[in-house]
Amino acid sequence: MISSKRNTLSLSTADRRLGAILGLLAVTAAMVAVSILFFLIDESRPLLNRISPARLILDASWHPTQGLYDLSPMLSATLLASLGALLLAVPVGIGSALFGRYYAAAWLTAGYRRMIELLAGIPSVVYGFWGLTMLAPWIGRFEPPGVSLLTAILVLAIMILPTVALTADAALAAVPQSRHRCAAALGLSRWTAISGVLLPSARKGIVSGILLAAARAVGETMAVLMVAGNVVQHPHGLFDPVRTLAANIALEMAYAGGDHRAALFASGLVLLCIVLILAGTVQWYKARDFYDQK
Amino acid sequence: MIKNNAATILIYCSAISVTSLFLWLLTDLLIQGLPKLSPAFLFEAPRDAGRAGGIGPIIIATGWIVLVAMSAAAPLALATAVWLVEFTRPDGIFSRFVEFSIDVLASVPSIVFGLFGNAFFCVYLGLGFSIVSGGLTLACMTLPILIRTVADGLRAVPDGYRMVAAALGMTRGSALVHLLLPSAAPALTAGLLLSIGRSAAETAALIFTSGYVDRMPGSLFDSGRALSVHIYDLSMNVAGGDANAHATALVLIIFLLIINNAAIGLLRHWRKQHIAAS
Repeated sequence: MISSKRNTLSLSTADRRLGAILGLLAVTAAMVAVSILFFLIDESRPLLNRISPARLILDASWHPTQGLYDLSPMLSATLLASLGALLLAVPVGIGSALFGRYYAAAWLTAGYRRMIELLAGIPSVVYGFWGLTMLAPWIGRFEPPGVSLLTAILVLAIMILPTVALTADAALAAVPQSRHRCAAALGLSRWTAISGVLLPSARKGIVSGILLAAARAVGETMAVLMVAGNVVQHPHGLFDPVRTLAANIALEMAYAGGDHRAALFASGLVLLCIVLILAGTVQWYKARDFYDQK
Repeated sequence: MIKNNAATILIYCSAISVTSLFLWLLTDLLIQGLPKLSPAFLFEAPRDAGRAGGIGPIIIATGWIVLVAMSAAAPLALATAVWLVEFTRPDGIFSRFVEFSIDVLASVPSIVFGLFGNAFFCVYLGLGFSIVSGGLTLACMTLPILIRTVADGLRAVPDGYRMVAAALGMTRGSALVHLLLPSAAPALTAGLLLSIGRSAAETAALIFTSGYVDRMPGSLFDSGRALSVHIYDLSMNVAGGDANAHATALVLIIFLLIINNAAIGLLRHWRKQHIAAS
């Protein structure tokens, strides 16, 4: 049994020491996620120990200083805004990825992709500011006050568009060359090849990207806060001002204390759960074996 | 045939709309922000709640916050990535735990980082609203990006390098310092630049950690207002602050475009070189 003894293949003492130190640091880094969860639970416990979590969606209204903790209007606003943004951003994002891959002239491709990458790097507060000074007054001309669910949807859609486009682009780039050749050999037109062969081949990456974009939309704070109007209510139409979960935290943290603060941490926990479910779905979806993909 | 043409038209439409959106955003910021922009604006202190004056202290505070974030996150991320790629098996229980929690961390929304930073750094550790609190919160937020880019960079170094080092009797530590890290250096730099960009762009995680105070920070334990928080505050809470908000947004955007462009260019150039070499 050579493997049980020290030999030239085993790590030197210095390397083992280094490995142990690095491993310790890596576990420290990993503990950040654990401690985030711990602190969210710990800070919201004073409230959740006394009231049942069901009251977070069943209470009459959101008046945390009077002991009413209804998050459902914020929850519906968050979900509607994200859904609306996805409905807009997914087709345009995929279309824009297809353009960069298969339609654009060769000299244009690199520049076009770089532009989308730069769009992805623009801070959310700038998108929000732009929405507030350009979009909201424009929408307000038709249907005052302008800051509304629709404005939030538009700004969110612009923000998550690069995510959709870049992940779809990467997924399309990973489609094997043989698929292209097969499609060409069959004499398929460009769109038939794309819709029948290339998009289905890249389905996994594209769907994962859409889910990631959804997670980003749900968690987005500043841009939505600046353009959504921040009235706590279930939206009845696209032009109603709404307040999302994340915006609510940002607005009220500054002066919240006691149970109010605990309620905000609880809503942070709700937000984190939604986002983690989306991220978990991505992992599960990626790990699934499709017969047509590696 | 009709379908094919319709699809072509739709796809061109989406590309044109994305491009015009980009140009609209950029020209709007340029037109509104450029008249205000001057050297004095960059160095002066804000007056009248930011309606007048410049953004000198805010730039300094942003710089400190990013510096704190990077000096906390970079060593930790480097160690984690090196450990994951070079020192452990991907199927071990610890490495799977580390990978999993990094994935979790990557999906946490920034406002939740703000809540955590407020509860942990400001209150529990007693750092208060300070540049250190904000910087450390951002460090937590940028950890996953840094770890991923560094790990990807190391993974892209051909295995031949490791075998040669082992054949020469180098320890893994010295192979790392003399061979692997230098050849992955462009990827490491790109990761650092991307995280700097992400930190400078962040608002939600900073409002309740580094605070609002727009004076020149005297020490790292003072509250400092970041550029993005300044834009937010001017546009939402200060009537008549839009002009300076535009100029500040322009400064931030120019900085981010330079940083991100450099990072993307570096990564692309490095990958091309590697493919040519292998």
